[in-house]
Amino acid sequence: MVLVLALGDLHIPHRAPDLPAKFKSMLVPGKIQHIICTGNLCIKEVQDYLRTLCPDLHITRGEYDEETRYPETKTLTIGQFKLGLCHGHQVIPWGDLDSLAMLQRQLDVDILVTGHTHQFAAYKHEGGVVINPGSATGAYSSITYDVNPSFVLMDIDGLRVVVYVYELIDGEVKVDKIDFKKTTHTAH
Amino acid sequence: MADVVEDEEKWLAAGVAGLQQNAFYMHRALDSNNLRDALKYSAQMLSELRTSKLSPHKYYALYMRAFDELRKLEMFFKEEARRGCSIIDLYELVQHAGNILPRLYLLCTVGSVYIKSKEAPAKDVLKDLVEMCRGIQHPVRGLFLRSYLAQVSRDKLPDIGSEYEGDADTVMDAVEFVLQNFTEMNKLWVRMQHQGPAREKEKREKERSELRDLVGKNLHVLGQIEGVDLEMYKDVVLPRVLEQVVNCKDELAQYYLMDCIIQVFPDEYHLQTLDVLLGACPQLQPTVDIKTVLSRLMERLSNYAASSIDALPEFLQVEAFSKLNNAIGKVIEAQVDMPVLGVITLYSSLLTFTLHVHPDRLDYADQVLGACVKKLSGKEKLEDSKATKQIVSLLSAPLEKYNDIVIALKLSNYPCIMEYLDSETNKVMATVIIQSIMKNKTRISAADKVEALFELIKGLIKDLDGTVHDEVDEDDFKEEQNSVARLIQMLYNDDVEEMFKIICTVRKHILTGGPKRLPFTIPPLVFSSLKLVRQLQGQDENPFGEEESTTPKKIFQLLNQTVETLSNVPAPELALRLYLQCAEAANDCDLEPVAYEFFTQAYILYEEEISDSRAQVTAIHLIIGTLQRMHVFGVENRDTLTHKATGYSAKLLKKPDQCRAVYVCSHLFWVDDQENIKDGERVLLCLKRALRIANAAQQMANAARGSTGSVTLFVEILNKYLYFFEKGNPQITVAAVQSLIELITTEMQSDSSTPDPAADAFLASTLRYIEFQKQKGGAIGEKYDSIKV
Repeated sequence: MVLVLALGDLHIPHRAPDLPAKFKSMLVPGKIQHIICTGNLCIKEVQDYLRTLCPDLHITRGEYDEETRYPETKTLTIGQFKLGLCHGHQVIPWGDLDSLAMLQRQLDVDILVTGHTHQFAAYKHEGGVVINPGSATGAYSSITYDVNPSFVLMDIDGLRVVVYVYELIDGEVKVDKIDFKKTTHTAH
Repeated sequence: MADVVEDEEKWLAAGVAGLQQNAFYMHRALDSNNLRDALKYSAQMLSELRTSKLSPHKYYALYMRAFDELRKLEMFFKEEARRGCSIIDLYELVQHAGNILPRLYLLCTVGSVYIKSKEAPAKDVLKDLVEMCRGIQHPVRGLFLRSYLAQVSRDKLPDIGSEYEGDADTVMDAVEFVLQNFTEMNKLWVRMQHQGPAREKEKREKERSELRDLVGKNLHVLGQIEGVDLEMYKDVVLPRVLEQVVNCKDELAQYYLMDCIIQVFPDEYHLQTLDVLLGACPQLQPTVDIKTVLSRLMERLSNYAASSIDALPEFLQVEAFSKLNNAIGKVIEAQVDMPVLGVITLYSSLLTFTLHVHPDRLDYADQVLGACVKKLSGKEKLEDSKATKQIVSLLSAPLEKYNDIVIALKLSNYPCIMEYLDSETNKVMATVIIQSIMKNKTRISAADKVEALFELIKGLIKDLDGTVHDEVDEDDFKEEQNSVARLIQMLYNDDVEEMFKIICTVRKHILTGGPKRLPFTIPPLVFSSLKLVRQLQGQDENPFGEEESTTPKKIFQLLNQTVETLSNVPAPELALRLYLQCAEAANDCDLEPVAYEFFTQAYILYEEEISDSRAQVTAIHLIIGTLQRMHVFGVENRDTLTHKATGYSAKLLKKPDQCRAVYVCSHLFWVDDQENIKDGERVLLCLKRALRIANAAQQMANAARGSTGSVTLFVEILNKYLYFFEKGNPQITVAAVQSLIELITTEMQSDSSTPDPAADAFLASTLRYIEFQKQKGGAIGEKYDSIKV
């Protein structure tokens, strides 16, 4: 079993001073095998912080990122799953599932992780999964009102992935669990 | 110098040898109970201590050996006394030793047994011994002899509750004895500096320093006498000790002994005798490091206050703060040459004291800072790095104590002190302040507090006058400015009017930051403002319609002017993003002209300022993405903006970028939740245009490289066809989809096409999607059924 942390749209320091303290105390080094970050960190300090949690860090570029060398999209294989990563401001209409599904077909991945809307979302879609981890700092968004800070942990085990969503609601961390099984008729 | 050391080693070895030889004979005499021989050899043994050739350090080594032997002799005397030998006779007998130094060591040894035997009152013996030791006036020999006396007598003092206390023996006698021994020792110690040639003064002071604990031991003994209660301490002990300290006029002794007093006696005694203790300070030699002494005193008292709540009334009762404050003032006055560092250190300790003892008295803290400012005034900015460090710690103390900058902002003298820091330290202090706010999550919720705060941290906000600009490390600068950006998030009030004031205050200050700082500080200000807009959105229009009240319109005006300042930087990409954010917020407030204005600004930047092709691609996506979401525009405005956006898309440099931007534009004509935006024809026009560009891209690739390149763009467009087909756009027909699929398959089979596994997989998953939709059944399944793959 492999633990993958997915997060994004932190918008530090433009829209939030830091990650919520409750999240920071949960995210400790040595537990997570991969981090995938959809972008909009926005500064190097944040990237350095993420790297302390886990050196295997994958980042795509958000429109506010100071670092312009992050790629627009990225794919990686973890266990039996092929993952795709993209910030999402390039996928219009923003947050539109059908348009994201098209990107998923284009990247040919089982799990597509995108951000930009600051709204947590997870859909099963023709055998694949589309996940938006929301904004890890609960940053202001023109798209979503009343953003709660959230991130996602994916527990990948064989053909199964359990998605844990951590959301900070009124100072309390709520955890939700969503289960996905990869169906054999998917590609590869 | 090496010779001296070598010689000394030799002399020490000779001394030790002589000592051991005589000790050997002494032991033999002791074993055979030959008292007379034992005394003879012990006296000869002790004669080795008469040497003047050894440094204190080496002398100490010799003394320790003699000390061990004397313990054995003392045991023997005790045995003798037990066997019926008269201790008085023994006391007489040892006085026959020929030399005074051995005689006095032996006397002290017997004297100790004498007291223990209780054949005479302890006080008489002690008095006798301490008087007789006057016979040795050589400083080193005298100090060690008296140290021996103090050592052997310390458990035999007529203290309260001790077995040696009696009708005739009181604790007063014990105190008198120790005080006398202390006084004599101190005199010897002070006199040491006048012995020997002047050129060896430094070496001598070092040697003296090594001996200080011998003198200090007396104060330790005093501190341990049970019978010394507060009254006796106040009436006898402290005045006598201080008298000696003040009168000896010796820098080393005064510093050491003052410190010793502070460390040895209990806190509550200090508190009750503050007047006396502090009164002595200005009388000390001007070179004495009195700041350290007083700092330690205040530190002790602070800890005392912290350790017990019961102590607090005591502090108030004796007016500890004002006494310390006065004393510090007097000391600074008396020591004219005290460096700034000393002054600041003193006030820093006093501040720590008052923060601990009187946390509720902010006026005290402000008084201390004020006194500090007074001392600094008239001076240039500080250059002394130690002094500035001390100021940082002075200024950090209130932050650490209260964990709340808002309290520090109430201290009127706080910013005055910061004026004396050089710009580098000023920045350090500003960073400390920001870190304190971040660490404690202090929310600053009033505009006047924000104003005061920015006054404090102005070293980070703008270039201070006379600042040298070169050599600012870029990473350091970034870190600083990012910390300011973080800070802006902490300036917040739920009350709309106050929040607007806060925003205006922040804006006023950060606009002075110059082009290097604005890209860091403008975004957080913009988002703070947008949050306020959103807060207002939920509220009804003010029914009274007061002109002064804050409205979204007013905030948008401010935002427009704020983002505009980025053009001087210039930072067009950032400004474009912020304009689009504002446009969307204006859309949510139903302010069409405002939203249109923001879009106009964004377009101007796109046209005039953004020339990098990659930056253009991102910008066009953001423009289309935002415009797609706008519902506030009437037909005319919307047409203008979409027309421009499609125009920009078709003019991107690279064909694939053009193609993608153009097909994305199709979404501007067909919006799910807006009934009036469902223009199927123009959607189709966009997609056809994208196809033409994709074709052109292939032809260009063919001409340039001899192969047509990938079919990816076609598959992307196919997916857009399917998207609108599914949405029910009547212009997207089964035939159109069908022919596009055929086109792609033909392309892929053509000889000139480049094999591209990614494109193959993309097409495969797209076809699989069609299959998937077919099997879904229902309306969608039916729609898809007519597509033949």
